[in-house]
Amino acid sequence: MTQLQRQASVTAADWRKDFPILEQSVNGQALVYLDSAASAQQPLAVIDAVASYHREDHANVHRGVHTLSHRATDAYEAARDKIRDFINATNRTEIVLTSGTTESINLVAQSYCRPRVGPGDKILITHLEHHANIVPWQLVCEQTGAELLVAPIDDRGQLELEALWSLMTEEVFMLAVGHVSNALGTINPVREIIAQAKERGIPVLVDGAQGVPHMPIDVQDLDCDFYAFSGHKMFGPTGTGILYGRESLLDEMPPYQGGGDMILEVSFESTIYNELPYKFEAGTPNISGIIGLGAAIDYLQSIGMQRIADYERELHQYMVSELSKVDGMRFIGTAANKACVQSFLLDDIHSHDLGTILDHQGVAIRTGHHCAMPAMARFGISGTSRASLALYNNTDDVNRLIEALDKAKQVFG
Amino acid sequence: MTGRVAQTDDLYDLYRELILDHARSPRHFGRMDNATHTAQGINPLCGDKLKMYVRIDDNERIEATAFEGSGCAISVASASLLTDAVIGLSVDEAEAVFSVVTTRLTREGHDNELDIGGKNSLRFEKLKALDGVREFPSRVKCATLAWHALHSALSNENKPASTE
Repeated sequence: MTQLQRQASVTAADWRKDFPILEQSVNGQALVYLDSAASAQQPLAVIDAVASYHREDHANVHRGVHTLSHRATDAYEAARDKIRDFINATNRTEIVLTSGTTESINLVAQSYCRPRVGPGDKILITHLEHHANIVPWQLVCEQTGAELLVAPIDDRGQLELEALWSLMTEEVFMLAVGHVSNALGTINPVREIIAQAKERGIPVLVDGAQGVPHMPIDVQDLDCDFYAFSGHKMFGPTGTGILYGRESLLDEMPPYQGGGDMILEVSFESTIYNELPYKFEAGTPNISGIIGLGAAIDYLQSIGMQRIADYERELHQYMVSELSKVDGMRFIGTAANKACVQSFLLDDIHSHDLGTILDHQGVAIRTGHHCAMPAMARFGISGTSRASLALYNNTDDVNRLIEALDKAKQVFG
Repeated sequence: MTGRVAQTDDLYDLYRELILDHARSPRHFGRMDNATHTAQGINPLCGDKLKMYVRIDDNERIEATAFEGSGCAISVASASLLTDAVIGLSVDEAEAVFSVVTTRLTREGHDNELDIGGKNSLRFEKLKALDGVREFPSRVKCATLAWHALHSALSNENKPASTE
């Protein structure tokens, strides 16, 4: 037994038990879930927290004087504190709760960039980004006449840093970069990128949707201006997201949406906006989802993000090593520093055919363009098959994947 | 858990030899310069795109067909089978085949017979190779993409056909 197998049989086996959805058969075979990069499963602690909130504590937040409203508000705001602690933000006012990474990025694009940019200004992104970190900036460019710049990647799916530095000119108003590529798994050196941007006075938004679930995040250490991420990729409910923003920047920004909860006083002549972070949280929020997200953070912290990162790194190495032994395997994305994702092509089998054959054997992977069409185009392909790992996966899952791929080769033999 | 569990046989029913043959060696594959009707088909789910070309003669009959693009085995095979099946049909007959094929591929429409204009010939028999997709609801759109593009081309809609 290798060290990894020992570790897998002890720790991951225990974590796996926390996720009831994984104890089922799909198409007659035990489910192997390798699509956590699209959406991670929820531990029982999260499912129970949401159910218990609905059963015992639900009311609207920040409004009522009655007991349930207090309980709901306390639980909701406690989740905000957990998030602040989880990413080591300085202040809870810097934690804006949204519906997901997409809304978080749109908020920055519309509220921070749109009023400040115009023709001649540039917004810089990279070729690795998924659509949520491309289209919001394209919209701002259309609205303002600013120009979108795209930093190139190399054949391994890594940012070409020298080219990135040279694109960071005086005209660049903002840099938006993913922490980890969803399609290729590349971990970008965001700390170094942010440092370079700071030297040139360029604010940076980090799209952390794929970073937060897999490694410790410290926004003060990163020194980023904005960090956007989603609850459902970190074992929390869908429809929850976070925008971390540096307080001084959030303060200057106008509200993103109008409505209840984001105001102090409303008359038909004028409205006084609420203080941070409520200024950006119009309307009744996803209370139960955010409370579930708080439970997900408790769960992750009970294990420890570094421990998760270490386990996933070893499991990823095992997966890459096993996949590379499969005849006809071509990896897309071979960066030196990668998260626990592997995109690949097998022979000339289209990824959707592969996805169907794997699903037929109970193995769930993502197929297609991964909402990152430009990154796919960079490799001259329309899509890939992608296996992504999380803390509940183990070497057995990887072995089942390999068996299922062998079966696909037989079908297409 | 509800619903039927897909069996291994279903997999071989989906990827039967005729489908794999057409996927590997699609018929009438490539651009047609003198087409009278064309349309694009786009499956936004996977980003697959194909272009359908049809040449219709003075008697409103389909004289020639072709397609180009890329896609999964199911969508390429379906397009290839289509191009074989509709040559020689009148526009109305081709529209009828479109209608029957697209409904046949759903579990609800599986009783619809392919006996267009009394032409229940071998060409339509081959289209039954697509029936395996019924047990794979997520793949029905792959199988119907080319047919929607044909329909769009014949109706001169001049806009890309989408499976959505």
